[in-house]
Amino acid sequence: MVLRDTVTVHPLQQLRDEVDRLFTNVLTHPSVSSAARLVSGRGFPAVNVWEDTENLFVEAEVPGLKAEDLDITVVGDELTLKGQRPEQPETEAAFHRRERGVGSFTRIVRLATEVDADNVQAALNDGVLLLTLPKSEAAKPRKIKVQTDLKN
Amino acid sequence: MSVESTIHQEHETAEVPLQENTHSGPYYRPNVDIYELADQLVVRADVPGANNNRIDIQFNDGALTIHAQVPARQDSQGLYLRQEYGVGDFYRTFRVSEQIDTSRISAEYAGGVLTLHLPKVEAAKPRKIKVAAK
Repeated sequence: MVLRDTVTVHPLQQLRDEVDRLFTNVLTHPSVSSAARLVSGRGFPAVNVWEDTENLFVEAEVPGLKAEDLDITVVGDELTLKGQRPEQPETEAAFHRRERGVGSFTRIVRLATEVDADNVQAALNDGVLLLTLPKSEAAKPRKIKVQTDLKN
Repeated sequence: MSVESTIHQEHETAEVPLQENTHSGPYYRPNVDIYELADQLVVRADVPGANNNRIDIQFNDGALTIHAQVPARQDSQGLYLRQEYGVGDFYRTFRVSEQIDTSRISAEYAGGVLTLHLPKVEAAKPRKIKVAAK
């Protein structure tokens, strides 16, 4: 929805993208013109993903949505973001421009590692949704100790 | 003189600021809805993650400019596993043809959406003309 520039995606991720796209389903409210549709090619919302040793982080920009408009679920390594941007109340208005979409969206993101679904946290501030997904124990990096001098 | 005005023209079409900015980095163009009511123009812009105190709105000579500063949310050292959008300031400028009462422009920022109310001056409000029956 926001005009952004380049997308940096690992080549293997592109295959996942294709699968994600198959699962992305965006509906529009019947009374809204096509110009106001939420989806833009890749799927709404756009997400940024990064990690540290303990957690996976998924961030998405969802301006105009409140917590109750969002439906977030995690199953295994699959994150589903569902939501609905409510229609604006103005009915008497004459639009000069209409770029902000309305309607519902579903986006499925394959996560790079398995996460502990019971302890996922979600925070919504100023239209920015940040999900903190703790990595499951098996996915955390483990230091391997090198043993030297293995002589009897 | 004419060369200068040609350059000015090109910049206007490209919707970028004429002056250099003090910080480098991309500007993002927010999506907006603009609609007109009887007594005002309303502009709604998607500017998620902006610093509430650093949203600059200017209305000069029929040009409305929105500049919202957005602080970085990710450690600059951090690498993205996946990056589908960038985080940076929002900037957009519009030509507003209606006559606006600049002293009564108001703005609010909530949920990542900036809403501007641009009240029309009295003369610009639509006036119903009664047709007298003879």
